[in-house]
Amino acid sequence: MPTLKMILNGQEVFVDVEAGDLLADVLRDKLGLIGTKISCGEGECGACAVLVDGRAVDSCLYPALKAQGREVTTIEGLGQDNRLDPIQQAFIDKTAPQCGYCIPGMVISAKALLDENPHPTRQEIEEGISGNLCRCTGYYQIIEAIELAAERLAEKGGPK
Amino acid sequence: MWDEYLFPASLDEALEMLEAHGGEARIIAGGTDLVLQSQRGQCSAKVMVDITRIPGLDYIEERDGLIYIGAQVTHGQVAASPLIRSRAGVLAQGCGSVGGPQIRNVGTLVGNVVNALPAADGAIALFALDAEVEVAERAGRHWTPIATLYAGVGLCTVDPCAAMITQLRFRALGKGEAGAFERLAKRRALVLPILNAAAIVGLKGNKVERARIAIGPVAQTPFVAAEAAEALVGRTPDEDRISRVAQLAAQAAQPRDSLLRGSAEYRKVMAGVLVRRALWRAVEAASLQEGEDANS
Ligand SMILES: Cc1cc2nc3c(=O)[nH]c(=O)nc-3n(C[C@@H](O)[C@@H](O)[C@H](O)COP(=O)(O)OP(=O)(O)OC[C@H]3O[C@@H](n4cnc5c(N)ncnc54)[C@H](O)[C@@H]3O)c2cc1C
Ligand code: FES
Ligand code: FES
Repeated sequence: MPTLKMILNGQEVFVDVEAGDLLADVLRDKLGLIGTKISCGEGECGACAVLVDGRAVDSCLYPALKAQGREVTTIEGLGQDNRLDPIQQAFIDKTAPQCGYCIPGMVISAKALLDENPHPTRQEIEEGISGNLCRCTGYYQIIEAIELAAERLAEKGGPK
Repeated sequence: MWDEYLFPASLDEALEMLEAHGGEARIIAGGTDLVLQSQRGQCSAKVMVDITRIPGLDYIEERDGLIYIGAQVTHGQVAASPLIRSRAGVLAQGCGSVGGPQIRNVGTLVGNVVNALPAADGAIALFALDAEVEVAERAGRHWTPIATLYAGVGLCTVDPCAAMITQLRFRALGKGEAGAFERLAKRRALVLPILNAAAIVGLKGNKVERARIAIGPVAQTPFVAAEAAEALVGRTPDEDRISRVAQLAAQAAQPRDSLLRGSAEYRKVMAGVLVRRALWRAVEAASLQEGEDANS
């Protein structure tokens, strides 16, 4: 079995994978990081989004071995219970989640967007999360949360 | 799903790997099509030859008036490229409408062509640009027009179990030339289009010197409305003429009734609407551009 070596949420990890394993399954089933959700399993909803070298990808469509030697960030890598990422805090403050299933992917897409474009317009935010579906909220609070996060990050001098 | 996942370090090594496995190994780029096809049993290859780490296949560059795009270039890179936006904007628009950000970060333009769907957004723009494709086989490399790759819905004449496409090229749009891409879909993201159209117009003075129109999915392969485009050449592209040309293009298109995409009748009418919009935007952009050049 090939060994996948990656920097996962800042730490080097080694994990044995099958050639056909997808990153979402490795993260959830082999590494116990169940913050990454699987919903459609076909790239259509973004619930499984993670960052690979800073760019958002759908991990349900992403062969695990593609992550060989790369930096992978999941929702667990953005914040912990007592020190949330500013994007996560803004989602709470704007009551963005309802059932919450889409939210890890939304936060990951928001993170990718704000890292690249710290002052997005509303339209750019809509485009930034256009690969993420939410069947509860109607998106407004999510968009407002991302606007709020951008404001707060600008006050603090940009995303970390 | 697969038995082996390989990363060749060069083009030659990739071709050797394909040959060594005698049809059981297949090129994979972003995997946005191939992963699902493998899961659904539509792809029998058990060995994946991942080309995304071969050095030197990730360029978008211009040489002698031609734009070259390497096999690793993603839709996201095409859509964001200043060179493509200024010299082949129609392709930036096509690639920018593929899937959503996560798909565009991973899916490649070359993969979009090899997958050979008549609706593919990147491919339709490439047909309007009259692109060529470089094919590498053990015997050597050769350039071929993009249309020669298409043998039917999802059928590519280049076999990714034996050969590899290394790059694409097309002529950069110049003075007085511009293109535009139009798309009709149920949603603005994450769905293949009901229809798409790409148009390119070259103006000299107030006359059209060159025009090309591509429409999808209205045939087994991306459709070039050559006769309609010809009816624009040598004419003044006013509203009447553009409407007439768009109608000719719609008449030539052969959409089928589709549960997903709507009736043939509806889509024929809408094909005309999309072509008209695309031509109109292309003409506007081309005349602006010609004006700018004249002033500078
Ligand atoms: C949710 C979702 C939404 C999508 N939306 C759209 C859309 O709106 N519009 C659209 O046009 N497409 C859409 N697509 C499809 C699009 O992502 C693909 O067509 C993509 O461009 C394929 O590129 P890839 O690098 O992922 O190819 P892969 O999946 O890696 O490969 C695709 C095919 O090409 C072959 N191949 C790849 N590279 C080469 C090469 N260099 N030489 C020879 N063979 C090669 C493979 O063997 C395979 O047969 C969507 C896909 C998904 C999952
Ligand atoms: S679970 Fe991956 S995109 Fe839906
Ligand atoms: S909050 Fe339920 S899917 Fe988005």
